[in-house]
Amino acid sequence: MAVKNIPMREALRQALYEEMLRDERVFIMGQEVGEWQGTHRVTMGLLNEFGKKRVRDTPISEMAIAGAAVGAAMAGLRPVAELMTINFAFLSLDAIINHAAKIHYMFNGQFKVPVVFRAASGWGNQATATHSHTPEPIFAHFPGLYVGTPSTPADAKGMLKTAIRSDNPVLFTESIALYPKPGPVPDDVDLLVPIGKADIKREGKHVTIATYARGVEWSLAAAKELEKEGIECEVVDMRWLRPLDTATLFESFKKTNRCVVVEESLPMYSFGSEIAAQLQENMFDYMDAPIKRVHAMDVPLPFAREIELMALPNAQKVINAVKEII
Amino acid sequence: MAKGISKEQLLNWYHQMVLIREFEDRCDHLYFVDKKITGVYLHLYSGHEATGVGALATLGPQDHVITAYRDHGIAIARGVDPKPLMAEMMGKRTGVSGGKGGSMHLASREHNFWGGYAIVGGHLPLATGIALEAQYNETGAVVISFIGDGATNNGYFHEAVNMAGAWKLPVVWIIENNFVAMGTRVEDSTAQTELHKRAIAYGIKDMGRINGQDVIEVYETVKEAVEYARTNGSVLIESLTYRYKGHGVSDKTYSERFADELRDYQENRDPITLLANRLKKEYKNIEPELEKIRAEAVKIVDESVEFALNSPDPTYEDLIAHIYVEE
Ligand SMILES: Cc1ncc(C[n+]2csc(CCOP(=O)(O)OP(=O)(O)O)c2C)c(N)n1
Repeated sequence: MAVKNIPMREALRQALYEEMLRDERVFIMGQEVGEWQGTHRVTMGLLNEFGKKRVRDTPISEMAIAGAAVGAAMAGLRPVAELMTINFAFLSLDAIINHAAKIHYMFNGQFKVPVVFRAASGWGNQATATHSHTPEPIFAHFPGLYVGTPSTPADAKGMLKTAIRSDNPVLFTESIALYPKPGPVPDDVDLLVPIGKADIKREGKHVTIATYARGVEWSLAAAKELEKEGIECEVVDMRWLRPLDTATLFESFKKTNRCVVVEESLPMYSFGSEIAAQLQENMFDYMDAPIKRVHAMDVPLPFAREIELMALPNAQKVINAVKEII
Repeated sequence: MAKGISKEQLLNWYHQMVLIREFEDRCDHLYFVDKKITGVYLHLYSGHEATGVGALATLGPQDHVITAYRDHGIAIARGVDPKPLMAEMMGKRTGVSGGKGGSMHLASREHNFWGGYAIVGGHLPLATGIALEAQYNETGAVVISFIGDGATNNGYFHEAVNMAGAWKLPVVWIIENNFVAMGTRVEDSTAQTELHKRAIAYGIKDMGRINGQDVIEVYETVKEAVEYARTNGSVLIESLTYRYKGHGVSDKTYSERFADELRDYQENRDPITLLANRLKKEYKNIEPELEKIRAEAVKIVDESVEFALNSPDPTYEDLIAHIYVEE
């Protein structure tokens, strides 16, 4: 099978294109997805390919984009609702959490809600406090919703395709910083990444680094540096925040007995808190050191470049955390 | 009497309205006296019957219905069996939503009744989406979405109605204006108290204000609206109606606060009495038939209560079922 090196945005575009070809019920709705060709160019060319019926420019109506997608999904379509950036999904929270995630349960299985909410996430390019969020853990709080966020182009394609084919609602975020980054992607229309399956992006025996999305990049860079000093890190890309693949995490931890959690998001009530709680509850006997957490600083993200970078995680912070527990 | 509406149809509406009233009165009793319905929420449809029954009489089985938490009467008017409805009130396993939704979350997939929803305005974009499916697959179906007067003031209303308008989706939006949201009067919530005029802002068809206590007027207007919506897109109707009970069971001072208005509605504008009077005027000696219908309604509700009381509670398996679709 041919493997091509393509950026993540192209991998995502392929996933949308292929799933729309495969299934008539799949359509895209969101702001600027059509004529504008997508705020982040993920939907580029799709309007031309599929027409206005299936690539629907919406009004600036986040509650209705998410809510109408839920209704359409209940009625049998397979909407991919783009919320431009996850920051604007705060206006859609009710439709996502109180409706998409609850309807199957609340009506005792009478309705399915096979919707995908796509949103760009994070940044660190002076987008400032309101436009730099990575709030995936907030969404992952709620049973009834799946939450996935990829770190590589291949995962991006496979995870999005799986999300679209899933009968459950999925919140799918894409790191803006990763959109242009290339990676190998197999040319396979059925490239699927199972929901709730983590992936070991690098093997190692001294410390487990549990991470996802952009954290994988920082963690791999850190692992490369640490290798020079003889420290071997195992980088576990969780990929899905819900369901969380604790089995893979625990297996890795049994081997390393140490863990650093790396995330772009904030520390309070976070991915890191959850991983730490899971490990101490279930893996206490294997634990040789405290769990360390690397995350954004607990501040609203400022504009000035100097202090913005100070507040965000990076490879050096991961290196420091690993060294503290080795 | 209205042209083209048979005696049989009128009697059928009378039956549905009486059944809803009886069902709601019994819910009230089961809550306050028998304590068999528990919890903190129970929003009765008493007083609104003509709006629900008249509106839904215009739909075929392929059409769709969605509403808020004041949903018992809508479910009955859509033809859902009162037994599983009553079971849902009591949180029984045999309830329409398996006892997991409660009174505010009744739904029946087989009736294209997409549910009651407890977040004010939350179901409005769902209606837009359901109508989008109808347009997408060219099914010819229409969605009736009921809206409380209070719900017209949150953002969902604006976004959902505007989007359905922009995309010419087949939705008949029916505002059930009972003049009050919990305890806040319409005139205290908006300067535009003629709620149907909001249609103008969205460029959709404004079908004006109707007397929501008159089942025939409701039927005729909604019928025209549904026909329009099937080919031309959204319509907004404001149906003036009245809530006989408090907002929900926690609202205990309602009948004191609005005593005169309430009495006026009950004595002079009751939807069931109105229809009964018209039937009596039109058809000689119909009283025994009406009496029979009322007795039937009592029997149906008796049976629903019996069914619910004798139904099992949900189990641990139910607690953890249907969080996700299994795949
Ligand atoms: C988003 C939201 N805000 C507030 C509430 C609390 N609440 C429940 S019903 C209600 C009043 C709604 O009134 P209206 O839409 O007129 O419907 P009615 O009860 O008269 O049928 C309020 C404020 C809620 N459930 N959801």
